[in-house]
This record gives sequence, structure tokens and C-alpha cells, in this order.
Amino acid sequence: MTERADSRSSRGPGLPGQPNGWSPVLVAGIGMTPVGEHWDVSLRNLALDAISAALEDAGGLRPDALYVANMLAPALSGQSHLGALLADFAGLRGIEATTVEAAGASGGVAARQAYLAVASGAVEVALVLGVEKVTDKDSGQVEAALATASDADYEAIQGVTAGAQAALLMRRYFHEHRAPQDALAGFSLVAHQNAVSNPNAMFRKAISLEQYSNAPMVSDPLNTYDAAPMADGAAALILARAATLLPPDGRPAVEIAGSAVATAAMAVHDLPDPLGLPAGAASAQAALERAASQVEQVDLFELHDRFSIFAALSLEAAGFAERGAGWLLAKQAEIALDGRIPICTYGGSKARGEPGAATGIYQLAEAVSQLQGRAGKNQVAGASIALVQCLGGSGATAATHVLRRMANGT
Amino acid sequence: MPENHLMKPNRPVGFAGYGAYIPQFRLPASEVARIWTGGQGGLPIKEKAVAGLDEDVITMSIEAARNALARSGVPASEIRAVWVGSESHPYAVKPTSTVVAEAIGATPHTQAADWEFACKAGTEAIQAAIGFVGSGMAEYALAIGMDTAQGRPGDALEYTAGAGGAAFLLGPAETALCTIEGSYSFATDTPDFWRRANETYPEHGERFTGEPAYFKHITTAAQSLMESTGTTPDDFRYVVFHQPNTKFPLRVGKDLGFREDQIETGLLVPEIGNTYAGSALVGLTAILDVAEAGDRILMVSYGSGAGSDAFSLQATGLLSARRSAAPDTLSYVRRRTEIDYATYARLRGKLVTK
Amino acid sequence: METSRHWRLRQQRYALVGEVCPSCELKIFPPRDICPDCGNEARTIFQFSGRGEVYSHTTVYQAPAGHTENSPYPLAIVRLEEGPLVTAQLTDLADKPVEIGMPVEMVTRKLRSDGERGILVYGYKFRPRLARAEQS
Repeated sequence: MTERADSRSSRGPGLPGQPNGWSPVLVAGIGMTPVGEHWDVSLRNLALDAISAALEDAGGLRPDALYVANMLAPALSGQSHLGALLADFAGLRGIEATTVEAAGASGGVAARQAYLAVASGAVEVALVLGVEKVTDKDSGQVEAALATASDADYEAIQGVTAGAQAALLMRRYFHEHRAPQDALAGFSLVAHQNAVSNPNAMFRKAISLEQYSNAPMVSDPLNTYDAAPMADGAAALILARAATLLPPDGRPAVEIAGSAVATAAMAVHDLPDPLGLPAGAASAQAALERAASQVEQVDLFELHDRFSIFAALSLEAAGFAERGAGWLLAKQAEIALDGRIPICTYGGSKARGEPGAATGIYQLAEAVSQLQGRAGKNQVAGASIALVQCLGGSGATAATHVLRRMANGT
Repeated sequence: MPENHLMKPNRPVGFAGYGAYIPQFRLPASEVARIWTGGQGGLPIKEKAVAGLDEDVITMSIEAARNALARSGVPASEIRAVWVGSESHPYAVKPTSTVVAEAIGATPHTQAADWEFACKAGTEAIQAAIGFVGSGMAEYALAIGMDTAQGRPGDALEYTAGAGGAAFLLGPAETALCTIEGSYSFATDTPDFWRRANETYPEHGERFTGEPAYFKHITTAAQSLMESTGTTPDDFRYVVFHQPNTKFPLRVGKDLGFREDQIETGLLVPEIGNTYAGSALVGLTAILDVAEAGDRILMVSYGSGAGSDAFSLQATGLLSARRSAAPDTLSYVRRRTEIDYATYARLRGKLVTK
Repeated sequence: METSRHWRLRQQRYALVGEVCPSCELKIFPPRDICPDCGNEARTIFQFSGRGEVYSHTTVYQAPAGHTENSPYPLAIVRLEEGPLVTAQLTDLADKPVEIGMPVEMVTRKLRSDGERGILVYGYKFRPRLARAEQS
């Protein structure tokens, strides 16, 4: 993985992975709908709400291209071809539009496609939308649809669920690293605590260690508080080159300083090291390198806590903890808003809710609002560099971005 | 001098391998009584074997076949016929045998077929395999009798209708673990038990299943075989009959002049129930697990409708060396997980879920 | 119904038929035709023994559509003795507790049915190695 990043960086004199002539890409606007069970809102209306909010936030920029992050619409809404559908429905008829799918990493991968298009100059202003509508089908159908992110022929046929895969990793992790049964509780506790003040969160309620310990099992040892609730949601970003951006309304500009996607073996059993999260490590390393940043400079880490075990694995893969020591960070002093490395600052997937392919866009939007000092009670003081990572499947795809607050006027 | 109807192939044939399979679940007969008779009345057996949710005649046949192959040391590619006798084939139309053949690696240069004759479909398959090998058409043929038997809830059959069976690889007698001296078949049109097309559960003639059916056919077949081979009960170290309950095989054995110690080794019905097409065959595997070189064994199956196949067998010197290559039948009998009627109802698909 | 899809995989599913890399001798399951270690073509058929041990395990209580009839069911990643990991259900556990490192053996079982009228899908599962009875 290291070699691959190095060889790319040796191509030109510019920043690693960013050819000469590329312009910095800014996040010009963000929009999020509340995550939850939106019985009365359709896929297209969810999308419209998020797009409208992002366009308004961007102060009237009109996008030239739409990148839709979505995984489940074909299975759960009987709907593909979302690019055309949603561009048209959002009043953007005629623009370039497409869907990007990489399971739970779809949001981050779509953001990267938009980033590449804008950075290269091929697209002036890009709209990235993450949208997922899961409540129109029963839970068995949703589980089956989610299981399509695993290997259909060799995992899903055995009745594998996303939760079961996480549980298999969790049990092995506990075994190899001698972690106690409640080792990961802190991730869930902090996530719930952060969601209390997030108006878009599904569960705005703190939980206790006792509640965690008494929770029913989803797939032992993984309990309901280790698992993020699948829910409906949509979030959108407007990306533009610095030169395009309208004069800022006084808030700091946020740059996508590093962007990377990596993949690993899709089936957990095909990974030489199932607990290594190789795609998470490779994409984090590449994104940081492209941003010319060090992991020590990161002020907050929006990781993908779809299941609590992935918080530990992501922290290790990104370099915040040694191998096997990620679970030791599952405590206030380490990961709360005022901790050493705050994570899931708006509640993460655990408490904000997990809107599938939209997650990566929520994460980026949340990180932007942190860097712009717009996070209110959720504000991480003085945040200037954020690392954002989302995972597809059991980590077979990882998309990692480095966002950086720019000095005013640049 | 009586006519001799003994069936013997031109070329001597035997079992190159044998293997049993019995699922782990056990439903005590007292559980059936608890639900349907308030616990009153005698019980025909102690308990019966019940297949798990992921088991059927195909999966059970595969495991028995693998055990038979392991004991034989014969490569699956040398098998020219895979025949499965059962009255609970998972499909109404689509062979059990092709799946089994594929799973054990016997495809594609093989015959494959399913057999059906109530509880004697397995011994029929053996006789056909004797013909295949004995005629020189094939070196090896695999015959299996296996069932996950059905019994209507509350019916007398529900106490005993069990699951299990055995596989036998037929091959040349020279390298066999047990040779087949000859067989005799007796069949008449006797409607003691049947299941009409598309029905879930079988019907039976109650006491009509006894004298004119089970006893008449087994007795005639056993006596004819012994007459044809010039043997008497004392010539056999072991005897095994079809076992619909504990009482019938003990009584028919006594009627024929066998002692209980000849019968008991192969009498598995008290602990696993009536495994239908597998019943006499799985009993035979328990005998082969302990028989010594030279021991003679009489096996008589019975299938409703009705008929009996009787076989005179003799263990060879190769048996004791080869039998440990696969799990013995007692291991399956003792692998026991007791279930209640509710669990049984779920495992056997007796709960209405749609 | 997905008849041909399951049919294509029958030998690997029924009997753990995988591949061995002719270059580096890596044993490969599931089959993938290109050796993940040395990158050479690996299409040589290899029959796995079916023996292995539990690498990790769990129980699925919230089954996906198609598997709800068997819920809850134990699921594991098994380390085959020839090397590869494989994801599969455990079966025949009764009340036996599962532990990482527990020796298991492959059995062919019913995985699911392809809808109410479709084919029955059979494939590998693993169970605790069968204990042999002591002959009296």
C-alpha cells in the first residue's frame, strides 16, 4: 500500500496525487436532512431537501454536475438511474449526473469523483448528494440488501449479515487483543452524548454503560448499542474551485486538502489480515500525504462507526493508535469533543443514524461545519484539520478525505 | 425339492464400503404421548431421530456415502451408479442421486437414479447394484437407503417415523469387507401403507400392517432365502429386519427361530425410530461395526405395498481393518440432542408460518 | 429464481473444491483463478479436506430475507487446515459452546431454498468434529 502511494507521489513535482495545474477544491456549501424514519418522505424528496439546503448554503452557485451516492435504491426502492431522476427533480434538468456506488463508502467515493472533476477543471461546480431510503421495505429485505455489499456467492449465501461480519471481527479482535466484553462501549457512549445537541440526529439521548451492557445481542458479542441504526437520510455538498467561489460571507473557507480511495479483498475471509483494515490504512495514509499533513495535526476524525468495532479498527488503521490498542481510546478523555482526538462529533452513525451511502456526505458536511466554527454545542475548539473516513462493506472500500480550514481571504 | 429362487450374480459381489448417518436430534416417544394422549398408553420405542432444519435425504445420503467411500478406499470416479432409495426425496421431480453423486465426486461418468418402494427402496437399490457389479457392467455401484420419514401429527406413526439410513458401495467380492452370498425377493400387492400423490402424510391400515403385510412378507422372504442357501438360523451370527417398532422385529425373529442375541446388535429402532428405507440398512451397519471375519448375517427388509428383500452376507477379513476409516454407527446413535414436541414441530415444518 | 447461478458453483459448494497455485502452491478457496499471493494463474483443481478450526464465530439473530426460516443460526469464519479462511454456518452444535480454535469438519447441508418454488441450495457448513463412540 505504501509503495503504491509513493509511486503516485513520484509522478510530478506537485503535491502527491495532485498533478500540476490542479486547483484547490473548496466546499462551498453543505446541506443535511435529519436522519430517521421518514415515512412521509420519498427518496426524491429527501434528496431535494438536502440539495436545496446545500445550494442555499453555497449562496446561489449552480452546479454543472451531480454525483449521487446511493447503494440501496435498486433493491429497496426499485429505482436505479438516480442521476437523471434527482437532477431533474431538483430543478437541475440537463446537467451531467451519475450514481456512484461503493456500498457504505459510496458517499466518500462520490465526493472523490466530484473532487477529481472539479480539481481537474473539467467541472466548475459539482453537487455531491448522498441519499438512502431504507424504511420502505421490511427488515429482512433491508438486511438482504445490505448483505449484497458482502460476497454474494461465498458470504451472503451463508446467511451473513453486515452485523454478523462485524461481530466476527469483534470476537476475533477481543480474542487477539485480550479486550474485555465492554471494551468498545465508550465509542457508543460518546457518540450518543455528541448526538444530544445534533438536531439531525436520530437518537438525541445519552446512554449509560449499564444500558450498553444490558443491551440485547444482534450477533454476539455485538449488541444493539454496537450497531448503528439504518435510517433514511440525505446530505449534500457543493464543491467548487477557489476561483469560482462567490465572495465568502465571512465564514472560513474549507479546502479538500487530501482525497483518497483504496480497496481490499471484498470478502472478510479473503483478507490476509482481517483485523488490519488495509483499505482504511492505505486511503488514510494517501489522503494525509496528499494534504501534506501528519496524523498528529488532525483535530478531529469523522470515522465510520457503523459498528463499534470499526471505530477501533479505523483509529488503528489511520494511525491514532497502535495495532490492538484502538479500543483503549474508547473513553471520554480520548475521543469526546474535548478529547485528544474527537471522533463522531455529531453522534456518528451510532447516534446520528446510518443512512448508508449518504453517511460519507454527512461526515464531510459535519466536518466542514466543525472547521467553519458552525458546530455550536458540538464544536471542537480550534478545529482546523479534519480527517474523514467512510467504509464500504467490512472495509473493502475506504474513502478518506482531509479537510482543512483556510485562512480568510485565500 | 422346492424351486430355488435365490438371486446370485455371475460374478461374486460384496460391500466394498458401508457408512451410516443418523441426525442428532431425538424426540422421546413420551413427548408425542404428552401432546396427543395425555401421556396414556404404551410407547412403541424410546425415542426417534429427527433431522435438523438444514438436513434432508440429500444431505444425509451425502454423509453416509462419504463414510462408505472412506471405508472402501475406492476413488469416487470409479463409481458407475449412485442410487438412493427413499420415500422422502426432497423433490417430487428432480433426482436426489445426482446431487449426492456430485457432492461425493462421482459425476459425470455415472448412472444416477432414485428408488421408491416404501421402506425397502434401499435394499432394492442394493439388489440392482449387485446386478450392475455382478454382471460386470461396473466395478462399483453405490446404493443408499435414507429417509426423513413422515408421520401425521397424533398418528401412531408419529411416535416412530425417524430419520437416518446407510450407504453401501457394491464391488467385487475379492476386495469386499463383506460378501453377498445371495438374495431373495418376495412381493405382492398388499396395500398396508401408502401416500397418495401430493399428500403430506401417509395413511396405513392399522392392524392390517401386521400379519398379512410385515410378518407374511418378512417370514416368507427369510425362510425362502434360508431354504435356498441351505442354512438355518443357527448359521447366522447376526440378523437384522426392517424395524417399524421394537416389537415387530423381535417377534418375527422369534417366529423364524432366531435368538435375541442375534437380533439386538442391529436393533436400533428403540433409540432412533423407524428410518424407513434406512431401517434395516442402518441396523446392518451397526452389525458390520462389530462383526468378525466369517460371521454370517441375514438381512431382511420390508416395504409396504408390499415386499421383502432378504440377503445372506458374510464378513471378510478386510472388515476389521477398514471399519475405523469412518465414524461407527454407535457414534451417531450416541450423538444425541433431546428436543421437545415444539422444537420437533418446527424442525419438521409442522408449524403454519404462512 | 437464480438456478444457473447456484448450479455453476455446485462442486465448490458441495465439497469445498478449490484451487492450488501451480507456481507457489498456495491453496485457494473460494476459487479465484489468479493466485492472490504470487499473481500467477491458478486454475488447478484442489480438493480440500474439510477439516479446520474456528477463527471467529457469532450467532445471527436478525436474519436476512431467505434465511429467516433458520434463524437464529451460528456463523463462523473457519481456518481450513490447508490455509484459507472460509465463511460458513456452523451446524449440529446442540448446546455445545463454540470457541475460537475449536476443531470442525465440513458437512454438506441445505443452505436455503431459492424462494418457495425454486431449487434447494446445498453447500458447506461446519460442525464440531464427530466424537467416535467406544465400542463395547
